[in-house]
Amino acid sequence: MSSVISISNLSKAYGSGFKALSAINLDIKRGEIFALLGPNGAGKTTLISIICGIANPTSGSVTVGGHDIIRDYRAARAMIGLVPQELHTDSFETVWATVSFSRGLFGRPKNPAHIEKVLKDLSLWDRKDSKILTLSGGMKRRVMIAKALSHEPQILFLDEPTAGVDVELRKGMWEVVRALQQSGVTIILTTHYIEEAEEMADRIGVINKGEIILVEDKAGLMQKLGRKRLTLQLQQKVDAIPPALAPYNLHLSEGGREITYDYDTKGERTGITSLLSDLRTAGIRISDLDTEQSSLEDIFVSLVRQQ
Amino acid sequence: MNWRAIQAIYLFEMARTWRTLLQSVVSPVVSTSLYFVVFGAAIGSRITEVEGVSYGTFIVPGLVMLSVLTQSIANASFGIYFPKFVGTIYEILSAPISHFEIVIGYVGAAATKSVVLGLIILGTAGLFVPLHIHHPLWMLAFLVLTAVTFSLFGFIIGIWADGFEKLQMIPMLIVTPLTFLGGSFYSVNMLPPGWRTVSLLNPVVYLISGFRWSFYEIADVSIWLSLGMTIGFLTICMALVWWIFRTGYRLKS
Repeated sequence: MSSVISISNLSKAYGSGFKALSAINLDIKRGEIFALLGPNGAGKTTLISIICGIANPTSGSVTVGGHDIIRDYRAARAMIGLVPQELHTDSFETVWATVSFSRGLFGRPKNPAHIEKVLKDLSLWDRKDSKILTLSGGMKRRVMIAKALSHEPQILFLDEPTAGVDVELRKGMWEVVRALQQSGVTIILTTHYIEEAEEMADRIGVINKGEIILVEDKAGLMQKLGRKRLTLQLQQKVDAIPPALAPYNLHLSEGGREITYDYDTKGERTGITSLLSDLRTAGIRISDLDTEQSSLEDIFVSLVRQQ
Repeated sequence: MNWRAIQAIYLFEMARTWRTLLQSVVSPVVSTSLYFVVFGAAIGSRITEVEGVSYGTFIVPGLVMLSVLTQSIANASFGIYFPKFVGTIYEILSAPISHFEIVIGYVGAAATKSVVLGLIILGTAGLFVPLHIHHPLWMLAFLVLTAVTFSLFGFIIGIWADGFEKLQMIPMLIVTPLTFLGGSFYSVNMLPPGWRTVSLLNPVVYLISGFRWSFYEIADVSIWLSLGMTIGFLTICMALVWWIFRTGYRLKS
């Protein structure tokens, strides 16, 4: 897949000397859903603001679809739809007027059929003539998505799209995002809900203190860094782990009825076969076993802590 | 040129006028009518002619200018300040439009409104006093130039202001006094020589003088000086706007 956004050596420092971004290098592939994950204040919004033209970079460059965001800003920006984190709306405008305005602002000719489709996809059609101030928070969020989609962008930035949105609506929004990806739109979303990245993304970038710590395929990331835990239910309670099994670092729990074993999925040998046979030798019988993969959240927390 | 974007901004701003018709159009007309009642009828009847024109008629160009100046600044400053205040400016900044196009949209709409308003006030004035305009084209030219210049000035104030108080401060503390002392209600030639010289430092004198000349061919200063000063002020405002966008002053972090 070719890259649709190329960021090279991008830095941003504020007058106060605070470095919001330091030497970011990142490529976004055409058609993917890329999740930018990071704690609050990591630089997610700053990065998006620079790409979209809202903030000026201190150094480095960004191209969007091959167009430099500063020299060739018209072509670059015309490809992008932005849904910012805060709910910035023109309270006194109607939904229809504000979405049509966005299309005009991006230089596209009027197309009521497209706007109708966008509003229907986002379940806003019934409210098209309502003033924005009468809408609920979740609806306002969707109005902002509709504005971003009004000019048929090839790239959509969603900055914390589901912050403050209830579970039901969040699922609905994920469906919208998937449908957009199906239609060929590249999506970059920032989130600190790990669940969201895990659910949606093809690739994940982790940003912390203005630096990209890691960029990986989601599956690869989970595999590479994922640890698995094997839980063994014992037929009979044991008082202590036999000394012969010490190298496995086993943990005894549930009053001696359960043994847990942590192993690395990326290791050449997981040690499961030898553990099972050693247990047998030690006379410990197993009634059931279960393995579980550590979640992206665990991976993320351990990465950010390492810094 | 992204004409569609200019059109979108322009129509958005004009739509705001219709939504706020009462405060954008009706209230300036009412306050101007009050000036006519007070200065034209009540006090004006005791004042004889000024430079061959009855006092009520004499103050018409000054009153129109007073409204055009204050409304241009109010419209343009609010037009750009409000998106900054509620955050919707993100969309303008992220759109594929140049700074020049943004200015045309906002300033164009604000200037259109004040020109229309100026003409409405002129019409209202015609109900109170007999009007005759010697040079209608010059009159229109001064009206449009002033509206554009002060809309640009308002745009600058709107970008500079970081609170509603600052938005009001310059119009209240500088523009209104300058307009009142700029010969809206009198000819600066009526002042003692010392004060007359001081008055000539007030840029509004040149605007009102030129505008009044287009009505009655009476002026405090030469028409060309008026025109030159108006264009000069326009150039200064344009340079300031250019600097604002080049540096991203108060717009981009």
